[in-house]
Amino acid sequence: MDTTGTIFLPSGHSTIAGEVDALFNFILYASIVLFLLVIFLSAYFVIRYRRQKEAGLTYGKDHNIKLEIAWTLIPTILIIIVFVWGFRTYLKMHIVPKDAIEIKVTGQKWFWSFEYPEGVTSVNEIVVPEDKPVKLLMSSKDVIHSFFVPNFRIKMDVLPNRYSVTWFEATNAGEYNLFCTEFCGTGHSEMIGKVRVVSEREYAEWLQAGTAVGEGMTLEEFGAKLYTSKACITCHSIDGSVGTGPSFKGKYGETELMASGDRVKIDENYIRESILNPQAKVVAGYAPVMPTYQGVLKSREVDALIEFIKSLQEEADTENE
Amino acid sequence: MNKLPDKSYLNDPKGLKSWLLTRDHKRIGLMYLYAIMTAFLLGGIFAMIIRLELLSPGKDLIDADTYNQFFTLHGAIMIFLFIIPSIPAAFGNFVLPLMIGAKDVAFPRLNLASWYIYILGSLFALYSIITGAVDTGWTFYTPYSTETTTSVISMTLGVFILGFSSIFTGLNFIVTIHKLRAPGMTWFKMPLFVWALYATAIIQVLATPVLGITLILLIIERVVGIGIFDPAMGGDPVLYQHFFWFYSHPAVYIMILPGMGIISELISVFSHKKIFGYKAIAFSSLGIAFVSFLVWGHHMFVSGQSELAAMIFSFLTFFVGIPSGIKVFNWVTTMYRGSISLEAPMLYALSFLFLFTIGGLTGIFLGALSVDVHLHDTYFIVAHFHYVMMGGTVMAFLGGLHYWWPKFWGRMYSEFWARISVALIFVGFNVTFFSQFILGSQGMPRRYYNYLDQYQPLHGFSTFGSWILGLGFVVMAVYLIHAIFRGKVAGANPWGALTFEWTTPSPPPHENFDKIPTMEHGPYDYDKIVPRSTLAESD
Ligand code: HEM
Ligand SMILES: [Cu+2]
Repeated sequence: MDTTGTIFLPSGHSTIAGEVDALFNFILYASIVLFLLVIFLSAYFVIRYRRQKEAGLTYGKDHNIKLEIAWTLIPTILIIIVFVWGFRTYLKMHIVPKDAIEIKVTGQKWFWSFEYPEGVTSVNEIVVPEDKPVKLLMSSKDVIHSFFVPNFRIKMDVLPNRYSVTWFEATNAGEYNLFCTEFCGTGHSEMIGKVRVVSEREYAEWLQAGTAVGEGMTLEEFGAKLYTSKACITCHSIDGSVGTGPSFKGKYGETELMASGDRVKIDENYIRESILNPQAKVVAGYAPVMPTYQGVLKSREVDALIEFIKSLQEEADTENE
Repeated sequence: MNKLPDKSYLNDPKGLKSWLLTRDHKRIGLMYLYAIMTAFLLGGIFAMIIRLELLSPGKDLIDADTYNQFFTLHGAIMIFLFIIPSIPAAFGNFVLPLMIGAKDVAFPRLNLASWYIYILGSLFALYSIITGAVDTGWTFYTPYSTETTTSVISMTLGVFILGFSSIFTGLNFIVTIHKLRAPGMTWFKMPLFVWALYATAIIQVLATPVLGITLILLIIERVVGIGIFDPAMGGDPVLYQHFFWFYSHPAVYIMILPGMGIISELISVFSHKKIFGYKAIAFSSLGIAFVSFLVWGHHMFVSGQSELAAMIFSFLTFFVGIPSGIKVFNWVTTMYRGSISLEAPMLYALSFLFLFTIGGLTGIFLGALSVDVHLHDTYFIVAHFHYVMMGGTVMAFLGGLHYWWPKFWGRMYSEFWARISVALIFVGFNVTFFSQFILGSQGMPRRYYNYLDQYQPLHGFSTFGSWILGLGFVVMAVYLIHAIFRGKVAGANPWGALTFEWTTPSPPPHENFDKIPTMEHGPYDYDKIVPRSTLAESD
């Protein structure tokens, strides 16, 4: 059920958001009442029984069974309600509807990749149809990550060497943020993706376009697109500025010093190897943190990226003239 | 008549060596106080830097790796070097024997040893800062902590060593409380701070070894390469989380129970009234101590544990909440028909009531399974644990610091400046951390160096609050240090309290009491006796 945002909660756009928000708000209101009770009583006592000059003997009663039973019992009942309510929705979050579309999610430092049953893959953007349950089968290639979409009220850790599962059914077309919420190193806060919820027709079209890799584009154009969509941009700039990894600008054809002490020429083979097996040769001065794109990129996509990096060389040359 | 005693634990015997080799619990308590205040300062500096970095998205001050190291250092220092030892080691050492009318703790040598072990552990932890720091968060989750290139080993080794210090202090207190109470002090005539220390000591002794073992396994994995937690070597990363929280959840109560003990003292003394529900408070401390061992799984509701496990942990979590709620009601009721004076320690106690109630109530959101899924690992958590640990424990710590300061030094601080500082801290704290509840429920994840623009206004507000908070602490440092040298002489019992530590001169003599005190009345019998306040005389 859709919910509108409040001061506390962002708007909700999944089938379970309504239930989560209802419980959140119930606890919020109950808490406000209890809090005000404690604060007003304290304030009242402090003012009413403020010490005048010297303290004398004070009132001696130090227990009251009825009162004590009441303030144990009432919170206990409230808490049992909250417990049962919370658990029931939690179970729903864990029981995946049978007809769900199954998408494979991979987390790695520091991006998300998605693989659809039709063979389409995407990076940092997951496109799903409206009003259809979607099952996510998730695993990590390195450390623990966590898949969090605030507007859907779902979150699940993504672990190496095992699968974790979560699901959602989006109720409203739009674009929603996807965060990594388990600390995973330097680029943790850049590990942000998008969930794009579209109509069923648009979804079918998107899948169609995805199966044809970069058709109707030159390799270079396709590479430029992949540079952003496959998240190279998180670590490599194209304007010469140093990021987590070296910039692509003007690199092609140069000879670089590696951490091993070797000098290596940046050619097609080196770039290909760096994409598929990044730890083989690491440029001196950089940490060996790049993830492998083995299995993420198709061979035409690797070709396109190489072409794109080459094109940055030519631009750099023209600038220098 | 108002002058300090000629001879006290501070100057008898004299000389640096007599301090370094002292077996006097009061000196050891004071040495702990210096050490943990240094740690607090250091942790606070890191906090101010991370808060400043978060003023706006992107880079303001430091790069991502440095940020990650700083929040880890901030958390690790605050937890392991400051808050766990703070109240038990500094105040517990200083006042526990005085409160039960003993000459010292049961094992004075072990006590001194635990101080040196604390220093050694801290040095290891600090060494890691020099050698490249750690960037794992204070929780050291695997497999990140087995892969990162930072100096995880010296930090975890430091924490491992600190654990021994904590265990020794706990052991010492348990035996002291069992064996050394003054004649006539039955269990139910002990001050509630003593009960709290007792419950804490049980957790310290039972839970800390598990943390020690976990960290050693982590070190073995990193050094020898045996796969325990790292899946790349055939280990199980979630196992680490189970081990870690099996200690660290009870440890949360190592942090808060002593604080609750102080609050029981303060509310009673400054309301000049018998504490309401003495037994309920005492037993709820023990109850909390036991149940706290059974709730660790509530840190792992989204780690992929079974629904059944999640259900059980959620249920039990709520049941540790109830005793804390009961305590709050007892404190409030204690003020009813009292004679309340609002000196600085009481202002801290009232701040505690306000902030800890918020901390506790927000815990209910996190115990509710479906809601926790949304809030886990966001700024809501950051706000929640700061309300509990800083709004709770640190406020109690500061209350205790002001309450026993005249006992430590025999001199009084400036009440005027103390009120200014408590006001700054209270306001600054709420500005800094309340905004984070909203940030978190809006979806802002924690441990983020960078963030989306939509979160900027609240982050900016929070950073602004941290300046007010920081200013409050600077003011406090100035007037407290001033008080040591120039403060008005306080006399034996400035607050008109009834517990034993106020029957001996301030600062107390080396052997604590001229003659061992006997129990003539309960620790809170303000309905039968009006104690004389030495402060009123000197005015
Ligand atoms: C001057 C007051 C303080 C400020 C401004 C402050 C601020 C912060 C900030 C900004 C974070 C980072 C949140 C994140 O990105 O995850 C943090 C984390 C933390 N703070 Fe504080 N803090 C203060 C005092 C304290 C105190 C007194 C304690 C405990 C006694 C404490 C315990 C922690 C812990 C355990 C963490 C988690 C570290 C981690 O995520 O690994 N803080 N604090
Ligand atoms: Cu991550």
